Amino acid sequence: MNKYYLGVDLGSTTSKAVIINEQDEIIGRGITNTRANYSVAADIAKDEAVYNARFSVLKKKLEEEIKANPAFKKYINDLESVFQYEQFKVRLDKLGEELLKTCHTFFKEEETREKMLQQLRNIRRAFKPVIKHDYLYNNLGAKNQFFRDIVSEKYNEEVNKLDMALFEPLMTVWDKSISPAENQLISFDFRELIDKAMDELREKYKNLPDEVLDDTSINFDAELNLLKGNFDHVSDSLRVHIDEIAKIDFNITNMTGTGYGRALLPFPQDCIRSEILCHAFGAHAVFPETRTVLDIGGQDTKAIQVDKYGLVTSFQMNDRCAAGCGRYLGYIADEMSISLNELGPMALKAEKEVNICSTCTVFAGAELRELTNLGEKREDILGGLHKAIIMRAMSLLARSGGVFNEFTFTGGVARNPAVLKYLSQLVKENYGDKIKINIHTDSIFMGALGGAMFARRNLNINLPAGKIETVAMK
Amino acid sequence: METKEAIKEKSMVIQKDMLAKLFHELSVTKETGKKVVYTFVPGNLTELILSFDMLPVYPEINALQSGMRKKSGSYIKEAEKIGFSEDVCTYVKCDIGMMLNGNIGPTGEKLPPPDLLLLSYTGCFTFMKWFENLERLYPGVPVAMLHTPYQEDGHITPDQVEYMVKQMKEDVIPKMEMVSGKKFDMERLSKMMLNSAKAEDLLVKILETAKHRPSPIDAYFAGVYYIGPIFTAFRGTEEAVEYYTELYDEVMERMKLGLGPVTPEGELKEEKFRLVVEGPPNWTNFREFWKIFYDAGAVIVASSYTKVGGVYDLGFRHDANEPLESLAKYCMGCYTNMNLPQRVNLLADYVKEYQADGFLINSIKSCNSFSAGQLMIMREIEQRMEVPVGFIESDLVDPRYFSYANIKNRLESYFQMLDQRKIIMAQEAEKII
Repeated sequence: MNKYYLGVDLGSTTSKAVIINEQDEIIGRGITNTRANYSVAADIAKDEAVYNARFSVLKKKLEEEIKANPAFKKYINDLESVFQYEQFKVRLDKLGEELLKTCHTFFKEEETREKMLQQLRNIRRAFKPVIKHDYLYNNLGAKNQFFRDIVSEKYNEEVNKLDMALFEPLMTVWDKSISPAENQLISFDFRELIDKAMDELREKYKNLPDEVLDDTSINFDAELNLLKGNFDHVSDSLRVHIDEIAKIDFNITNMTGTGYGRALLPFPQDCIRSEILCHAFGAHAVFPETRTVLDIGGQDTKAIQVDKYGLVTSFQMNDRCAAGCGRYLGYIADEMSISLNELGPMALKAEKEVNICSTCTVFAGAELRELTNLGEKREDILGGLHKAIIMRAMSLLARSGGVFNEFTFTGGVARNPAVLKYLSQLVKENYGDKIKINIHTDSIFMGALGGAMFARRNLNINLPAGKIETVAMK
Repeated sequence: METKEAIKEKSMVIQKDMLAKLFHELSVTKETGKKVVYTFVPGNLTELILSFDMLPVYPEINALQSGMRKKSGSYIKEAEKIGFSEDVCTYVKCDIGMMLNGNIGPTGEKLPPPDLLLLSYTGCFTFMKWFENLERLYPGVPVAMLHTPYQEDGHITPDQVEYMVKQMKEDVIPKMEMVSGKKFDMERLSKMMLNSAKAEDLLVKILETAKHRPSPIDAYFAGVYYIGPIFTAFRGTEEAVEYYTELYDEVMERMKLGLGPVTPEGELKEEKFRLVVEGPPNWTNFREFWKIFYDAGAVIVASSYTKVGGVYDLGFRHDANEPLESLAKYCMGCYTNMNLPQRVNLLADYVKEYQADGFLINSIKSCNSFSAGQLMIMREIEQRMEVPVGFIESDLVDPRYFSYANIKNRLESYFQMLDQRKIIMAQEAEKII
């Protein structure tokens, strides 16, 4: 029986899970937003990682076939995306129930209540097909990953179209309903959802237009074309493999919980590790020549020195103030009324960096407004803000002893291209051109990866036989 | 947090009685006519003060006591109200706040005002400013200042000793004679030095028991109690010798039985990590802070803070044959008067001799004497000794700067660093075999 290891990184903003095999290879990744109920966040990330693992086992199994038949690859990718939609639908129904419940308790007067209920139905009717379409045609992009973000964006859009007088009551109903809805743990039946997803896909492919149209709303590409008139054959030949992966028991032999909320995870004490160790170990595993790791997460920045084994020899963290971390960027994005993901690309367009103080998030917001009044361009202000974040990180790196050998950057903020630009620039300025800077597409998963790797290594040492039961996740 | 009653050693009870007696004596000076000298712990001239039958008061000890009794927060606020900035040393603010609040000492009895302000250590610039403030609070009180040369070149020269003895003879002793109305008695001072050296010998032996595995003592958290009598009002007395004799027996007994240190939570059953710690502890959350180490099975085997009133393990003893010269050497030899390379060497030796698994710094926001150079010290130890190093930040007595969650998070990470290192290194060793 194959053995698998799980790492769960419960961060202040996002919760991540990674499943690895005996060879330390990542076979499943799951991520969700951290919410009031930590254990639900951890479970959702973990479940997602298990589903993702099934798909990666499928892809690995069919490696040769996929190479020979690109239609297979397209089908499997589409299937994974529609599978996510099926989960989304269930959550949306739960949210619908919560919204109704709130409406009933919040609006005592029947007439108002009926009016609001009608509005809610209309809103739901308006955005549901849009979201379905986005999932089916991969239009969600990286912009919105999580249930909460996707639905709140659409809900907001719809509410904004309505009369101003409805804004407040409808947003209050929303605020009171979203948290209970997202804090529910829903268990999905993989088999059932995959069947539904295959049915959806059948519909999708059946309705494909015969010719490439100029309509860009449908993502009709060459790969998709492969499936035209061919999907029955593709899905039939994959069916048997999909049946097989649905049956796999992912026996998690050991697991490690890490991150800011690790103490709240329902894991035995021996299975809890600090994110400092995990990020460093994960980063070192992916880039073995790494000696310095910088991790910028939601609320802290860590400069970590590791040895040749990936073990931490020293670390420095921000104390007393979390300006310059992920949450700082979130606040700035809100202040500018743009999405977090737009910040970096906008900052890249800066022609100069406006000098901004990074010692306090709230003051930076005030400074930003003042600079806008003075006529500074948004791009240049954002350029300055991103540079300020890195200046802070540089000071932490210096405190931790400097940058040596290869330098690996991890954490959610590593996804921001402007952060990368200034980091590379300042690392080279301060520590020379010879320092190799590593940033991996999986940078946000490094903590969970390190955790999973510790789970594999600590198995015999930390856990006397029988102390932890094998967790079978179906 | 649930708190059970703290477990105490017999020697701790003795010490408590000694302190109670002292503070009582201080509270009745009006009646007894005894004179009071305010002075500081590093490089203190306790024997000299006692030889004039005067009583010493150590403002920084009062401040740390206020911190432990959860009173420092309000005292600091009092001092800030009259204009002391947020950045000023919190010992100073706590002490001044206490004086403004009626100068009630740790036992609840009132402390007498000073008859003499004796600034015997100038290595900390804040001390000078502190006494300038006390001078304003107690107008007309004579001030004696003993300038202590810093060990810039890493050793004490004969010129420096001569310079300090001259200051004692020409300024400090005449002022003491004037305040106490007594003539300086060299013979009495010399006799006291015999007691000092006896107690110092015992203290060194006690602290060195931590070289044993498991260590029978915690040389930081319990260490601060062990150094109490010798660094304060009792050095040179019979009582101090008795206290250290009792403590030594107690510790030797524990060592013989293979027992770990006594902590407020009970005896430490398993010594998982041995650490060397640099920097003073936090006093406002002392027990919580200690408990984080206790819960992890971490024992502090050596610390620099317990050398703040004298690095006796380097060989210095008060000498009955040259009382004034040895007081001069003592003043210049305290830990914070050593230059940074000396401190690095001392700490590196501790890591080696006490077989430490790691080196940890508790950096104090308001103490420049300690905090300056700590990052350099840490890097040097990391490179030279190849042990994992850790860095946490808190404050002496300002409760606003103790963030339990942050400190716990960093310490837990640090202990896991040590733990994970043991696991992976064992696996690496297996590979080699």
